[in-house]
Amino acid sequence: MLDPSMIELSRWQFAATALYHFIFVPLTLGMTWILVIMESVYVMTGKEIYRDMTKFWGKLFGINFALGVTTGLTMEFQFGTNWSYYSHYVGDVFGAPLAIEGLMAFFLESTFIGMFFLGWERLSKRQHLLVTFLTALGTNLSALWILVANGWMQNPVGSEFSYETMRMEMTSFVDLVLNPVAQVKFIHTAAAGYVTGSMFVLGIASYYLLKGRDVAFAKRSISVAAGFGLASILSVIVLGDEAGYELGDVQKTKLAAIEAEWETQTPPAGFNLIAFPDQEAEETTTAIKIPYALGLIATRSTTKEVMGLKEIMHENEGRIRSGMVAYQYLQRLRNGHDTEANRAMFEEHKADLGYGLLLKAYTEDVANATDEQVALAVKNSIPKVAPLFWSFRIMVAAGFTMLFILLATFYYNARRVIEQKRWLLRLALFSIPLPWIACETGWFVAEFGRQPWAIGEVLPTFLATSSLTPGDLIFSLVGFIGFYTFLLVIEMWLMFHFARKGPSSLGTGRYHLEQNASATA
Amino acid sequence: MIIDYEILKLIWWLFVGVLLIGFAITDGMDMGVGNLLPFVGRTDDERRLMINTVGPHWDGNQVWLITAGGAIFAAWPAVYAAAFSGFYVAMLLVLFALFFRPVGFDYRSKLGDARWRNAWDWGLFVGGAVPSLVFGVAFGNLLLGVPFHLDELLRAYYTGSFFELLTPFPLLAGVVSFSLLTMHGGIWIQMRTSGVVSERVKSWILWTGVAAMGAFAIDGIWLAMGIDGLSIISQPALDALPNPLAKTVEVMPGAWLANYATYPLTMAFPVLGFAGVIMTILLSRADRPGWGFFTSSLAITGVIMTAGISLFPFIMPSSTDLGSSLTIWDAPSSHLTLSVMFWAVVIFLPIVISYTIWNYRKMWGRLSIEEMQERTSAY
Repeated sequence: MLDPSMIELSRWQFAATALYHFIFVPLTLGMTWILVIMESVYVMTGKEIYRDMTKFWGKLFGINFALGVTTGLTMEFQFGTNWSYYSHYVGDVFGAPLAIEGLMAFFLESTFIGMFFLGWERLSKRQHLLVTFLTALGTNLSALWILVANGWMQNPVGSEFSYETMRMEMTSFVDLVLNPVAQVKFIHTAAAGYVTGSMFVLGIASYYLLKGRDVAFAKRSISVAAGFGLASILSVIVLGDEAGYELGDVQKTKLAAIEAEWETQTPPAGFNLIAFPDQEAEETTTAIKIPYALGLIATRSTTKEVMGLKEIMHENEGRIRSGMVAYQYLQRLRNGHDTEANRAMFEEHKADLGYGLLLKAYTEDVANATDEQVALAVKNSIPKVAPLFWSFRIMVAAGFTMLFILLATFYYNARRVIEQKRWLLRLALFSIPLPWIACETGWFVAEFGRQPWAIGEVLPTFLATSSLTPGDLIFSLVGFIGFYTFLLVIEMWLMFHFARKGPSSLGTGRYHLEQNASATA
Repeated sequence: MIIDYEILKLIWWLFVGVLLIGFAITDGMDMGVGNLLPFVGRTDDERRLMINTVGPHWDGNQVWLITAGGAIFAAWPAVYAAAFSGFYVAMLLVLFALFFRPVGFDYRSKLGDARWRNAWDWGLFVGGAVPSLVFGVAFGNLLLGVPFHLDELLRAYYTGSFFELLTPFPLLAGVVSFSLLTMHGGIWIQMRTSGVVSERVKSWILWTGVAAMGAFAIDGIWLAMGIDGLSIISQPALDALPNPLAKTVEVMPGAWLANYATYPLTMAFPVLGFAGVIMTILLSRADRPGWGFFTSSLAITGVIMTAGISLFPFIMPSSTDLGSSLTIWDAPSSHLTLSVMFWAVVIFLPIVISYTIWNYRKMWGRLSIEEMQERTSAY
């Protein structure tokens, strides 16, 4: 048996490093396109202010990008270092999109980013724009492949367990890529990144307007951010990932947990706006409920059921018992009794092997687990409800607040009165953290809601770790937290430093602080 | 088109080799520049000059490492699982050291404060020195065998400790990789800068080259005289479904040199290792650093291939449970995954190489301190 505290620490480390990485990713996703828009206007109109906008916002983007690269390195190696059994068990499927991401997307993004920053003198206007565009393309393709990998963890299509090699193997690359869960996740996540970039530019540009500095620069930046941001947030909300929640058991469970629905309701189900889930008692005390809303959001129909957690757990019990049989025959096959009859029995129960493995947390002898052990496994076959319920609501609340801000900004900007709406500028400035809150809670829902699985219905999280010691994990966890915090402090300091200076930091002599400095000198 | 499984397994050994060599030639150069930065660059301007020769390239170069990691995950999941978790502390030290580079390059010149800049220069040194040393140490340990075994569900257990990895033979291999990459970064600096930096780096090229050859020669003799290799006694057909536990392996003195006896042409690689370094030193002295960079790249290719050929067909030998050793025949992914990844490499790698060349061509030329100061965009 692996040390339980090592498993727990491994999970904390993955969560910490992944959530940390995703502080930097969404801004990169969005900013690259915003830079493409700004630079395109520059190339088309030849107006210098648009080049300055590209350079200044590019500077802030660069400060963020450096840490995105730093924390991204961890993600590429951490499956091997800390999730070694996972790597063996699913590397045949999961490794491919990761490697293709490197070849197709990471090279593109990273080769051109250097030229974006340092190539202004060496490239023609059009060449430089092309470089900016290819950076943005690389960044977004990178997100696509990562979400193909992540989508497979939620809904493992295009693959099959092989008892000969004792691992999952790919059966269809096309199915893996076209996994519907991956598709909706990509759109939702990429668009969330675009919103992050827009809210960032909007908030900082609002600060300049509030200070009455560099007004022309700020207003043009706001125009880009408001238009791009509004289109993006509509995509995030309309194309939210609920569309994927019908697919696969993990997604179904996640949906029920998000809604804290223990019982299956008659359709269309109501939506718990505010409620208090109780995991032990398996019930939820509802404070405010909106009728019909859940059914409409989740199933896009008024007649389909949203399955409740108790019913899901009941189904899981059947699958766990079937998984015990699968495990028993797997052992026979692995021990050299490779007969026709054993293979047939294994094939019949193979789909539930993962459920059988859930019992490994309570007994080594899976095939002969007791009723109490099965009951424990069933109880833990769903994630903890309360954290999911609340994270989801925080994400949605942040999303709708941003929708309001972007709508209002877009409207007043189109009417050219944005400068006078100081309440809105202030709101935009102080709302800069909102997209990050939404992104981080969103990822929490997606991944904590996947528990107890590392790969849905296939591999439990507690089996997926490396065979390390708690000491190893303490060393690495302290190292990561210390190093990351140190870097984050520096990053935030630089970000504030240059955001406060604004376009004056470009040294062109055309902007507020430089002109005031020369006026007083 | 479907390629035989057996052939694909072999091709993937070559592909991983190509990615590792690509990493060592491109990003190894950046690491070499980092290793030399605090010593060859004596003023802030000189250091900025050195940094800006790799400024537009280091990020793209680093992707060779990331892609090599991803490719090992996809093509040899068993190796990715066993090696990365087994070498846990070493891997994390490399990772932590690499953290200094993106921020070092990008943040260093954003502020003028001397202490700030000096601190990041040492950060860039650590970001170059630790990985360039550890990669050699890791290869050295592969040749000694790694204390790990697989259980019946193919879970890998590493039973050694971090300090057990630091014995003389692998440490000397670390000296080889560290000095070779430092020389490689040096010849790049000589080629891409003008003036005092370009002159000063020459003696560093000479001495790191000598150190690399010395350590490579000693480790080579040591390998021939004192280190027992592994030999496969029996194993399933080469195109069988991969099962690392299905073979029998024996310790055999001299086994790590067996491939050179069977295929004498492979001796070209160690020869290339030495000849490449000698040529690099001579070309540096003769002020032909462009050709010197080429021969330095050949030296790196020669040294990495020497390690690969010695181990072949082993990838990660076990010292405690010989049967758990991973080979190119029993560690790979399924036939389908190897095929898909084969086509991904065949399609995308040439595209990557073409735009990388465009990138270098656009940013080419000897950089001088004066030119760098005139630029509005520089690190």
